[in-house]
Amino acid sequence: MLKYSFRKVGQSLLLAMGVLILAFAMVRMTGDPASLMMSRNASAEEREAFREVMGFNRPVLVQFGDWITHVFMGDFGDSLHFREPALPLVLQRLPATIRLAATGLAFAILIGIPLGLIAGFRANSLVDFFGRLIALLGQSIPNFWLGLILILIFAQRLGWFPVFGADKPESVVLPAFVLSLPVMGELLRLTRSAALEVRNEDFVRTAFSKGLHRYAIYIQHVLPNVAISLVSVIGVEFGYMLGGSIYIETVFAWPGMGQLVGQALGWRDFPLVQTIVVFTSLVVLGLNLLTDLIYALIDPRIRHGK
Amino acid sequence: MASILKVKNLVTKFHTVDGVVNAVNDVSFLLEDGETLAIVGESGSGKSVSMMSIMGLLPMPPAKVEGGQALFNSKDGPVDLIQLPYEAMSDIRGGQIGFVFQDPGTSLNPILTIGKQISETLIRHLGISGREAKDKTVSLLAEVGIPDPTLRFDAFPFQLSGGMRQRVMIAIAVACAPRIVIADEPTTALDVTIQAQIVNLFKELRVKMGVSTIWITHDLGLVAGLADRVLVMYAGQILESAQVDELYENPKHPYTIGLLGALPRLDTQESKRLVSIDGTPPDSTILIHHCPFAWRCAHAFERCWNEKPALTTVGEKHTVACFYAMEEGR
Amino acid sequence: MANKSISHGADSRLEIESTFKDRLSYLGRLLWRDRTGVVGILIFTTVVIAAVFAEFLTPYKPLDQDLYASKMPPMWEEEGSPEHPLGTDNLGRDMMARIFYGARVSLGVSFFGAIIAAILGVVLGAVAAYVGGRWDEIIMAPVNLVLSLPYLLFVVFIASVLGSSLLNVILIFGVTNSPIFARVTRGEVLKIRESAYVESAISAGARWWRVLLFHVMPNLVGPLVTLISFQISAMIFYEAGLGFIGLSVPPTVPSWGNMLSEGRRYISSYPWLTTMPGLAIMYTSLGMNLLGDWLRDVSDPRTRRSGR
Repeated sequence: MLKYSFRKVGQSLLLAMGVLILAFAMVRMTGDPASLMMSRNASAEEREAFREVMGFNRPVLVQFGDWITHVFMGDFGDSLHFREPALPLVLQRLPATIRLAATGLAFAILIGIPLGLIAGFRANSLVDFFGRLIALLGQSIPNFWLGLILILIFAQRLGWFPVFGADKPESVVLPAFVLSLPVMGELLRLTRSAALEVRNEDFVRTAFSKGLHRYAIYIQHVLPNVAISLVSVIGVEFGYMLGGSIYIETVFAWPGMGQLVGQALGWRDFPLVQTIVVFTSLVVLGLNLLTDLIYALIDPRIRHGK
Repeated sequence: MASILKVKNLVTKFHTVDGVVNAVNDVSFLLEDGETLAIVGESGSGKSVSMMSIMGLLPMPPAKVEGGQALFNSKDGPVDLIQLPYEAMSDIRGGQIGFVFQDPGTSLNPILTIGKQISETLIRHLGISGREAKDKTVSLLAEVGIPDPTLRFDAFPFQLSGGMRQRVMIAIAVACAPRIVIADEPTTALDVTIQAQIVNLFKELRVKMGVSTIWITHDLGLVAGLADRVLVMYAGQILESAQVDELYENPKHPYTIGLLGALPRLDTQESKRLVSIDGTPPDSTILIHHCPFAWRCAHAFERCWNEKPALTTVGEKHTVACFYAMEEGR
Repeated sequence: MANKSISHGADSRLEIESTFKDRLSYLGRLLWRDRTGVVGILIFTTVVIAAVFAEFLTPYKPLDQDLYASKMPPMWEEEGSPEHPLGTDNLGRDMMARIFYGARVSLGVSFFGAIIAAILGVVLGAVAAYVGGRWDEIIMAPVNLVLSLPYLLFVVFIASVLGSSLLNVILIFGVTNSPIFARVTRGEVLKIRESAYVESAISAGARWWRVLLFHVMPNLVGPLVTLISFQISAMIFYEAGLGFIGLSVPPTVPSWGNMLSEGRRYISSYPWLTTMPGLAIMYTSLGMNLLGDWLRDVSDPRTRRSGR
């Protein structure tokens, strides 16, 4: 267990380092970050002055070392648009994004997993059919488009929900539902196949041969094994929702990090974009690590160091 | 001796996309009280499926028991296991009929302790408290030869060796003092030395508990010191049935003779070549209306291709389904 | 049947199946069992036809403006007209023409993106698995890095740095999606390498490239084709998403994403500008997903036989 945890923590630290290198390299991918961040009609002198201020004239390795040390101290650089440190701006937006993603995840879990279980236990039944339909649609509908359509129907035509923003408690329903749909489908599909698979395991036949009641078998033997295979997926899906809410936040004018990315791209505020990308990636890596550790806690095979 | 299980005309089929598989074709046999019966056959001969059909442990669909009876002399009088509803059946499973499966590596739930897996059977059938069940489980673990039973109560299956896991399976099977234990190739997945230990454990338990046993195996050699009687199955049918000594000394069916010929023997002076049986078993998606062994039989003649031989008595407790053997015996 | 020439079970089975009617019903059973795949192929085919024969299927060009016929609703609505079956946009461009020509962009981007990703990924994954050791680590470290990142965010980031052009979008999708192919390929190659038939081929003196070409590759085809069809569906999404925030192909190109991005501004007054391209994306993606599901079942011999 300890060895496993250390290995996972080490892997995550390496990945975090990779994120920093990648994010640094991407801004310099075109060779001239100054022209990337400035408007086309900026003069040569303005560009030179900008390079001087941003330190783009120094050797790349020096720039990287400088940036990394600052990042470790919590300084991700200044936003060009707001002319203030980027990280606090991002942190300000974090709660809204987490609220959206958490609500979405709750939808996905509360609907996807029970439906998946029923579908798995009653393969080819009506519930199974509808479950697979939801999974298929979740995979096939572009969710920002679905967001637009839902706004059109439920917000504008029917007036049940606010059109955009996060002012009211019910504001979160539409964007969270849209965000959850692909995840719901994925969870449903995985739960169904895990239930089908576990149900056909030898040890379930053993449980039947012991004369246990059907529900005892499902609850004590099948469900825990299904749950173990789902834990790792749920963590990853939450990370996906945190990073994937960019279009949905734009569509619903949801004041989270995703909306900020959209705005920052419009302002060509690359230090801010870079900060969001790095920060979100680190959060996602942290979530994945957390998932791995929880997984180890609940699976005796890892807990007792197989 | 009274019979404890009487199977009559059992027919089981699997309905798959590639056609109907005739897994068990009209199988009848008796299990007597206290007897150890071995069912021998190669894989796919229907030996496991016939047992699983009786106990309702086959996945349905695709499997379907299409006919037959399995009269079991239960504690509450005789019942037909095939007709029994789920609840009544589950009272019998684990309580009056115990099971040991082939692969102890996959037959135990990987994330539950073995103590929990044994005691849940006790709680289910004996209606005792968790504490009582724990005490009984520890003594069961000791009985099946697991060292440090109190300590092992909290062990997970992956922390035990294959032989130990199979002992746990046996503890589950005999936990509620069943009338019958059905062991489905219980030693196939184990090392040879461990095999012998498990066989000995079965013999011990039989003496101690007087339980009737059905031992399913493909290994005729294993049967010699263990079983009282042997059924030879092939293509979903019983070809021969005899007391174990009679079968070894006086096998009648060419298939049984072939199986014995493929077995190395230590009890004869002359050195004989091991022989193998040519060919493969027939495609089970076709319903065969003649002797299923005819394709591979050196003695097959006209009649073997035209009708299906029925089990006929050729000696004391010795029946065989073979026209050649019957004519020779006349 | 009366003579005794039957010597083996398989022979009599052949005779049973050889009647024409039986064969036909066998084919019917297969089609019914694989109906999701059949529907998937049908959908995919119609989209390909729309893309390839756009010139012949509609008299309009996607960029032809006709301000007198602008903002016309689809023909099933009151003010619609059969001349523009799916209506026109705010500049009077025919929606159907834009969707048909847009299929070229969407399919082109996703098809070539997926092919590039597959080629890159297969090479990386095969080398990692085959050479192993340090090379395995060197190749798989960045692969695992990319796979554990918030993908959309990075793609948006890269696209905004590189600027929008058709080639850029294809390359971005190709490169950023290659890791998933690398991981799948590596896993499959490792599995196949361990298998008995490859070991026996090697011990029989087969050269490594022969083993790779004749033993490993054929087994890779199934999983890869499945992955490609799912990736095409995913890339159609990515393109639409990028287009939606103005980072895909230049705005003059009639891509489904660009259409959504423009239509969004008129969503309450002229909703068909948004619904039509969205439905096109959904239809195509549905087809690719059905196809992918089916391919996954067919190419996995373990699920092949279990009737569904």
